Amino acid sequence: MAGPRSMSSNTAASLNDFAPAGASLPAGERRKPRRVLPGFGLTMGYTLVYLSLVVLIPLSAVFLKTAGMGWEHFWDVVTAPRVVASYKLSFGASLLAASINAAFGLMLAWSLARYEFPGKKLVDALIDLPFALPTAVAGIALTALYARNGWLGSLLEPQGIKVAFTPLGILVALIFIGLPFVVRSVQPVLEDLETELEEAAASLGARRWQTFRYVILPTLLPALLTGFALAFARAVGEYGSVIFIAGNLPLVSEITPLMIITKLEQYDYQGATAIASVMLVFSFVLLFLINGLQAWSSRLNGAGRAK
Amino acid sequence: MAGAAAALGIPSLKRGAQRYESNPATREAPWVKWTILTISLSFFALFLLMPLVAVFSEALRKGFGTYIAALVEPDALSAIQLTLAAALISVPLNLVFGVSAAWAITKFDFRGKHLLITLIDLPFSVSPVVAGLIYVLMFGAQGWIGPWLQEHDLKIIFAVPGIVLATVFVTFPFVARELIPLMEAQGRDEEEAATVLGASGWQTFWHVTLPNVKWGLLYGVILCNARAMGEFGAVSVVSGHIRGMTNTLPLHVEILYNEYQFAAAFAVASLLAILALVTLVLKQFVEWRAHAAVKEERA
Repeated sequence: MAGPRSMSSNTAASLNDFAPAGASLPAGERRKPRRVLPGFGLTMGYTLVYLSLVVLIPLSAVFLKTAGMGWEHFWDVVTAPRVVASYKLSFGASLLAASINAAFGLMLAWSLARYEFPGKKLVDALIDLPFALPTAVAGIALTALYARNGWLGSLLEPQGIKVAFTPLGILVALIFIGLPFVVRSVQPVLEDLETELEEAAASLGARRWQTFRYVILPTLLPALLTGFALAFARAVGEYGSVIFIAGNLPLVSEITPLMIITKLEQYDYQGATAIASVMLVFSFVLLFLINGLQAWSSRLNGAGRAK
Repeated sequence: MAGAAAALGIPSLKRGAQRYESNPATREAPWVKWTILTISLSFFALFLLMPLVAVFSEALRKGFGTYIAALVEPDALSAIQLTLAAALISVPLNLVFGVSAAWAITKFDFRGKHLLITLIDLPFSVSPVVAGLIYVLMFGAQGWIGPWLQEHDLKIIFAVPGIVLATVFVTFPFVARELIPLMEAQGRDEEEAATVLGASGWQTFWHVTLPNVKWGLLYGVILCNARAMGEFGAVSVVSGHIRGMTNTLPLHVEILYNEYQFAAAFAVASLLAILALVTLVLKQFVEWRAHAAVKEERA
């Protein structure tokens, strides 16, 4: 949630850890285990036990159960037409929602960082609403807005645009939950940007648009990509806000997490687990990617800036 | 933040947005500025503000009497109780874990530190539905420990312990990931000085570390609590939807909604929306205090 900015200093610290032995780092002398402070055994032990019990062992259950079902059965389940349709929908809608959020989130972050306007503090605070509002509440609220008799639905349906209970509704829900990831990734970088570079560009005769395109955007790019990836990762797994507005028609508007629920309701635990393992592998790959992006971002913008 | 400085009556040092707008090199033509502002604020109003307003408007559609009735009905009250209980158990558990993990990670050097941090973040990248599923696989009737639990007449899935477990999982990283960067940035010098002067580990933590990280800690707890009370997907998988027994507030909203009791569903939803707004206000306050504390230190 507090993603990119809180991770930045971690990355810096761990880069120090992996510095070549000859490098003269101020922290270099600390690299030998000279433990002054007490409590390493206790806190480390507790951390590892709790992490294993709550996260690692239960997650490994998915892979062990999947491993026990045989390759052919697994392949049949995860490539069934209804499941494949759900991948296409989940990934497609998530990519599109994350792209829309990247564009509009960048503009929102820009407005908050660069302009003064009435109600700015309120807007700034409400950006985090999707983090704080339970997804089920967001789901029914969006459905009420875009249903035929809703405020927006009653305007759109006469134009032939159906949002609620169609894939378009899924897109709307995914935009809602993903927006703060982009804004909160880009905004701090934008606020910390020194004006010197832009002044230099202007004094060299660059037009404002050129300055943005060639000076500001490259600096923002890692943060923007991080926000995009975080929004995308969240959207792929999202369930609560989507399920009410989606309509959930097989082959048309079923998302992948719903396929897991459907299998569970039919007591098909193996099927549910197989699809879950596909989703897990995908989210691990994304997590890996996001970590890389954040490391890149903090290297580019001067590391060690906590908050 | 410029806002905090203005609120405290500190003369403007042209921080924040003003320093860009008063500088010809960093300001856009007015039409560009107004286009960006109009587009971004319309997007904000359309996607964030309107859903929030819709919750309250729908909740009060059938009048205030219906609204209150939906909140004091026994099923709603038991859902409130269970939601509070789940948060009351899972937040302290993850708080203790977060502090312990942050201490181990930031005060000592060891191999695999980066991997450990990534593993702590893992629950955030797991779909809530999968988070629920993993506990069904562990404790469900056909799960690893399921038969043993049945023999001893213990119920975890489709019961309160399952809900608590799922909530613990989805809120797992919140406190740790706020504390780790904060304690990393503060270094070890103060703690080492306290230890050398003879303070015990606990005294060092209580009197030296905690005052330095208290706002970050609170920030993590607030976010952790909001997610704990609002979690839907993971809890929905393990709860079994037993009315008055295993229904949390978000699940209660779903049941009412699926029964076409829209006014009641939105009334309960508005309670959760108020909780979200309180969370945002508290969060803002903590951010403001943390900024003020940093400023004080620098002055």
